[in-house]
Amino acid sequence: MTYCPINPLSPNIFADLQNMGCFEFMRTEFVAGTLIAIIAGVIGYFVVLRRSAFVAHAYSEIGFAGAAGAILVGIAPLAGLLLGSILGGVAIALLGRRATYRDTQIGIVLAFALGLGLLFISLYSAFDTAAISILFGEIEGVSVAEVYLTIVACVGILAITGLLYRPLLFVSLDEDVAEAKGMPMFLLGTIFMLVVAVAVSFAVQVTGVLLIFSLMVTPAATAQYISKKARSSIAVSVVIALFATWIGIFFSFYTNSPVSFFITAIVFSLYIIVRLIDWSLFRRVTRNVGINRG
Amino acid sequence: MSSNNSIIIAENLVVGYGLKPVWSKANFSFGPGEFVAIIGPNGAGKTTLFRILLGLLPPIGGMIRIFGSEPKRGNPRIGYVPQKHLVDSDTRIECLELVRLGLSGTKWGFNPNPFSHKERDAAMAVLEDVGAADLAHRHLGILSGGELQRVFLAEALASRPEVLLLDEPLSNLDIKRETDLLHQINNVVRSHGVTALLIAHNINPLLPHLDKVMYIANGKVATGKPSQVLTSESLSALYGTQVEVLRDPHGNVAIVGVEEHHGDML
Repeated sequence: MTYCPINPLSPNIFADLQNMGCFEFMRTEFVAGTLIAIIAGVIGYFVVLRRSAFVAHAYSEIGFAGAAGAILVGIAPLAGLLLGSILGGVAIALLGRRATYRDTQIGIVLAFALGLGLLFISLYSAFDTAAISILFGEIEGVSVAEVYLTIVACVGILAITGLLYRPLLFVSLDEDVAEAKGMPMFLLGTIFMLVVAVAVSFAVQVTGVLLIFSLMVTPAATAQYISKKARSSIAVSVVIALFATWIGIFFSFYTNSPVSFFITAIVFSLYIIVRLIDWSLFRRVTRNVGINRG
Repeated sequence: MSSNNSIIIAENLVVGYGLKPVWSKANFSFGPGEFVAIIGPNGAGKTTLFRILLGLLPPIGGMIRIFGSEPKRGNPRIGYVPQKHLVDSDTRIECLELVRLGLSGTKWGFNPNPFSHKERDAAMAVLEDVGAADLAHRHLGILSGGELQRVFLAEALASRPEVLLLDEPLSNLDIKRETDLLHQINNVVRSHGVTALLIAHNINPLLPHLDKVMYIANGKVATGKPSQVLTSESLSALYGTQVEVLRDPHGNVAIVGVEEHHGDML
């Protein structure tokens, strides 16, 4: 094993990156973070378009119970996350096509799941550390095996999304017409819910259960204000998620503050900036229209 | 009543949900290029007819044929504009994308050739047909009700359907926009030779354009030329009570006597 010096942050960014990349766990973290940002950026676009943000949050919290249970019985938290959120995905798919609007039922289930997670985690000896890492993210602990699994998930999710791209867009924008045109609504809805569940499980490793919106919602919501086309919005959403994750990992390494904090701060700032620009452009347009009319 | 070149034909049709009929014993036939208004109070079963034609709901009894066969879901020869849409002010996607989905939304995968302008040009052409070419690159969230209806109409027309089903496209529009949109719909229907069925509450703005009217009320259906259906005798028979059809010098009709007896249906 090579010796890696721990240098403080210097003005030479290349030296800083080189120093960071010397550590194997940092390289693992970087690869995992990159893959997860791609998944979250792509799936996040459809989550925002279909107004399924609350559902995504529900998966995340049902996944919390799964992860806490997994820690308790001594298996990888990711396995518990996947199991929990996929079960949640199946349950919500069974609720039917209007599931997105069933805020009450989803809220009831996720409160129960959070409570169950709390019980599991309180039964575990290292209560505080485990709880904090699941709730707020702990990408530092990602193993090489988990990175391979993340590669498989990333390829799988991108392949499924690519295959369903146009029907998914159609169903998301014009449900009744898509149904009349013979689209398999239940199948599409179920596959989409499962893909979101898997995407959430992986993204939770970076952002934690509670900050899931920072990768699954904010980048895509910001992208919608930058591009009016679906494909380029998805690309912008991925770029924002990647940018936030990379900067987050970098600053986290040099400051010891959590990665997820930096990600939330970066995506939030970008969202505010983009909204302000959009608002001022819109104001200028309406003012010009007013002048023309006058 | 039936004719050989009918696009849509029904005999003794009974429709409803479960075993409960909404209306029954309906006989009608619509030919190619006919513009038909479907009028009636809320809950009379106007949208139910569309669900039957789209193959989303089986009839309870009787016979219905569209293009000579039983309705089935996913018929590409039907264009449909539903009453409710998922679009709101947060839907930040340009109109052209939605219209393109009317062409290729049911196909799997991405557009195989992203550099081909064929689909894009076809979508622009329908937007032009409905007088909405200037909306192509604006996002759906900021459009007015009338503009949205044009875009949805373009989406439905994109696949060049032979039958067009429009569910209350005129609701929530002021009189000026209602007249404009109706004019546009009429142009498209005539120039494309589409058989159009349009659900509406108020028949008067439609009267100059219509070939037929289908009046649904009281669990029954009356269909025919406006001059045949919109008479005191015909509507009295439909409602089962004395109804008076009054006409002003411009040909507008007012139906009186219905509210007093059947206020719960309106």
